[in-house]
Amino acid sequence: MSSIAEELAKKQKEISVSEFFERNRQILGFDSQVKSLIMGVKEAVDNSLDACEEAGILPEVMVRIERIDKDEYKVTVEDNGPGIIKKAIPNVFGRLLYGSRFHAVRQSRGQQGIGISATVMFGQITTGKATTVRSKVANEDVAWELDLIINTKKNMPEVLREEPVIWDGKPHGTSVAFYMNGRYLSGKQSVMEYMKQTAIVNPHARMIFIDPENRKIVYERASDDLPPATKEIKPHPEGLELGRLINMANETKQKSLSKFLVNDFSRISDRLADEICKKAGLDPGRSNIKLQDRKENPNGLSLEDFKKIIAALGEVKIMAPQTDCLSPIGGNLIRKGLKNVLTDIKPEFYAHPVTRDPKVYAGNPFTVEVGIVYGGDLPKDQPVQILRFANRVPLLYQQGACAITKAIESTDWRRYGLEQRGGEGIPYGPAIILVHIASTKVPFTSEAKEAVATIPELQAEVELALKICGRSLKTHLNKKETKSKTKAKFDIVQVILPLIASKSAKIVGKPVPQLSGTITKIMNVVWIDDAVVYEKGRHKVRVTLYNYTPRSQKLNLHMVVPKEGFDYTGLQIFPAEVKDDGKMTWELRSIPSTQKVDINFTLKGLDQEAYDENEIYVSGIDPVLVIGADPLPGDWDVKRLEITETAPAVAEEEEDEVDYDEQKEAINDD
Amino acid sequence: MTEANSGQKKAVDELHKIAESIYNQIDDGKIPKMTLPLRTKGNIRFDPKHNVWKYGKATGARTAKKTNGAMMLLRTMYVLELIEDMIDTNKSSTLREMYYISEGWDKAKFHSQDESNYLAEDLEIATSCMREDFKLRPEENGASVIGNITIEEFDRKGRIKRINCLDDVGDSGYGIPYNVESDKVKLIESGAQFVIAIETGGMFDRLVENGFAEDYNAILVHLKGQPARSTRRFIKRLNEEMKLPVVVFTDGDPWSFRIFASVAYGAIKTAHISEYLATPSAEYIGITATDITNYNLPTDKLTDRDIQALHAELKDPRFADENWRNEIETMLKLNKKAEQQALAKYGLDYVTDKYLPEKLAPLGIMKR
Repeated sequence: MSSIAEELAKKQKEISVSEFFERNRQILGFDSQVKSLIMGVKEAVDNSLDACEEAGILPEVMVRIERIDKDEYKVTVEDNGPGIIKKAIPNVFGRLLYGSRFHAVRQSRGQQGIGISATVMFGQITTGKATTVRSKVANEDVAWELDLIINTKKNMPEVLREEPVIWDGKPHGTSVAFYMNGRYLSGKQSVMEYMKQTAIVNPHARMIFIDPENRKIVYERASDDLPPATKEIKPHPEGLELGRLINMANETKQKSLSKFLVNDFSRISDRLADEICKKAGLDPGRSNIKLQDRKENPNGLSLEDFKKIIAALGEVKIMAPQTDCLSPIGGNLIRKGLKNVLTDIKPEFYAHPVTRDPKVYAGNPFTVEVGIVYGGDLPKDQPVQILRFANRVPLLYQQGACAITKAIESTDWRRYGLEQRGGEGIPYGPAIILVHIASTKVPFTSEAKEAVATIPELQAEVELALKICGRSLKTHLNKKETKSKTKAKFDIVQVILPLIASKSAKIVGKPVPQLSGTITKIMNVVWIDDAVVYEKGRHKVRVTLYNYTPRSQKLNLHMVVPKEGFDYTGLQIFPAEVKDDGKMTWELRSIPSTQKVDINFTLKGLDQEAYDENEIYVSGIDPVLVIGADPLPGDWDVKRLEITETAPAVAEEEEDEVDYDEQKEAINDD
Repeated sequence: MTEANSGQKKAVDELHKIAESIYNQIDDGKIPKMTLPLRTKGNIRFDPKHNVWKYGKATGARTAKKTNGAMMLLRTMYVLELIEDMIDTNKSSTLREMYYISEGWDKAKFHSQDESNYLAEDLEIATSCMREDFKLRPEENGASVIGNITIEEFDRKGRIKRINCLDDVGDSGYGIPYNVESDKVKLIESGAQFVIAIETGGMFDRLVENGFAEDYNAILVHLKGQPARSTRRFIKRLNEEMKLPVVVFTDGDPWSFRIFASVAYGAIKTAHISEYLATPSAEYIGITATDITNYNLPTDKLTDRDIQALHAELKDPRFADENWRNEIETMLKLNKKAEQQALAKYGLDYVTDKYLPEKLAPLGIMKR
């Protein structure tokens, strides 16, 4: 008795995952020749870096691309990671969705266990060639080398060859070599760019790239500190979806509802679990918490019960997720990474990078980091360059669809010194904006992991971080403008005026006149010039105060200095007060008119990035008289210092004169 | 040019005063400055005594407070020194040479010749002297004259040359020297009826070829665009000393209006000496904006710069009368401009046979 339905059912073959991806390769990002090559490199490099970090090894990753034929390339990626035991190699490289991370709530580069095996499969489809893996673990004498392919029907690896080999000078590590059809290009979306950006956000990695022309580019390690190992955490209940809750309940090994809530989720205490159960009208001690099923499990929780739990979760107050599951890069290392890779373009300014406190979307903790680089050889009339990263992986494609780009576009950059038509869209100017999102689950728009989905909580955090970093840029630009204005005045009083004086003296046949009166009238400021120089492990700080006012001045100078590095030996002018948080105050009792005072000090044993710009404030003086330092903010809480107001600056008889040399219109008006 | 003449003595005295003032201000601990009349169109006033436009009372300060001002003061000192030197050693230099001399002034060197020319004019204003007194002269401008006027010019060797600008010259005419004061050029006699100043070389040559100077008894003066001081001064002397009426014949565009204004009213840049350079009775005969329609002339569209210039002219006090306002507004409305040579549309003789007679007859200065 074969019904039509049964006939049809016979035809409905199970499609293996591998087969599915074979037919829909664009889902994984292998949708163009140029991109395929980048994807292949990316998947292998992601794996290498993850493996090294998990094993606590400072990564050294070598990528080599060789051209075999017109469209065929061989890609080799070698690392110094812990190696993979022989038995596991076929599954790691030859089976889709095989991996340890799929169920883990933890920040890592690879997430689903598709990447590297998809690469192996793609290579196999386009060239018919097998992938060669060589790996050695530390406590074995030999390395194993395997040639393998994927049986796409069964989603199972097939090993074509395996043999032990001696790997010279390699204590441990893995190398994978695959062939694929592709196209090698340079430019904004290229293997080279991918390597460069990876080096920026992984300053602890040494990256080597050998291109098809056999040119070798090495990004040396900028830091010897491994990112702290990230912990696996349980899902955070905030924003939990119904389906996931039911799945977890079905699979739990916990014996009661309250134990399930406490032990399978993060941030739920016994007390809170009771509160949730009470709000949901369920017994905390209830043992059968699997989904009700009329036949199999008639006494389980109903769909309604699960909905009540979700509702109750929304009503109670739950602590933010713990943050040790996240591994932000950190301000100092972002700056180090940028400096290390961007030295060629000699940027004039690296804004202080921002690392936001972790937040949560749909139960997933995330944190946002932003860095801005400005000036140097960056083009002034182009849109700024955007560097997007998710869990330390560069995102090279789909810039327009990404929440990071949208956050940049909806920020008014005119406030922060960049050009932007109408205050929205990608700003123009000599800048690079770096945004890194770290999360246990980065919400990508697709499996190709090219763009971050526009989730409101996330985009809002990116916008906030951009604004904070933007303010740092603006402060720098303001300072630069003041400096150039002051420099112009300096040029007048130090160069031009003395020449005018000596020339006029020569013409009228009299001695060269004293200039101090004129100089103080032209400047009429206390000018504070400062510099930080780093050499041989020391920061040398100089602050010079020039009194270019007609009278003697006194003032208090305040700075924020990392106290732990402050070197008192050889100090000429001691601070009058040093607070625990590094706030220091110098009292300058008298700087005579036209004289200067130098404050010099040294900071010992700090990271270069820990201090690279002085934060200088003044008090006890009319702030309009001071250029190069801001008035002391109110929150400084300076106690023992008497703040004496100096007499306000005597206003020059500023007859509202028109500046003759600003009135040039007549020149070409006839 | 042997001994320092009285003009030069005055120049030395006046320049010295400037240096002294700067020196004293510094010695007194002040910010050194010079006060000068503003050389803008907002600061020109009609001088009823001379019927020309001169600088008004608004002044600006050139002070050492800002880089530009300080640099100009420093350059002023260098220029003073240079001028005193030249007067002492009985040398002179062109404005261009002064610009190049400044190459040796290090920090004070000029960035463009406009800058140095402008400073030379500033000094004229500050001292009430002429730049010739400073031994500074322009490059030979070579604007030409053809017409029945006899002049005597002292040549390079100090000899007197008598020249009739119709009979004794070739087709390129008599070249106007940079100095046209009476110590250099004397106007002896003229049988001409009027002077016609022409903007473009093409039209000048057309009138020469068509025999306009002879047929209509006219003196043709080529303006060569915006006319040099010597050209304007020469026209003024023809007008004042020979009692010849002057007409100005230019293209029909906003820049040509300005050329006429500088001949008749005085240029903004040289408003301090307008009474020497401007010929208030000069008449504009075209191309006018109304000519464009009346003669149905081939035209070009106004450019953005043209339109800007016309709007600037609407705010220029020299054009603040009904005729000019009409002309400017008509041109803006037409959104068109025309060249003098567009008249060739009707044949090469049209300008001399038709256009000019039609324009000149109503003025009563044209007899055949």
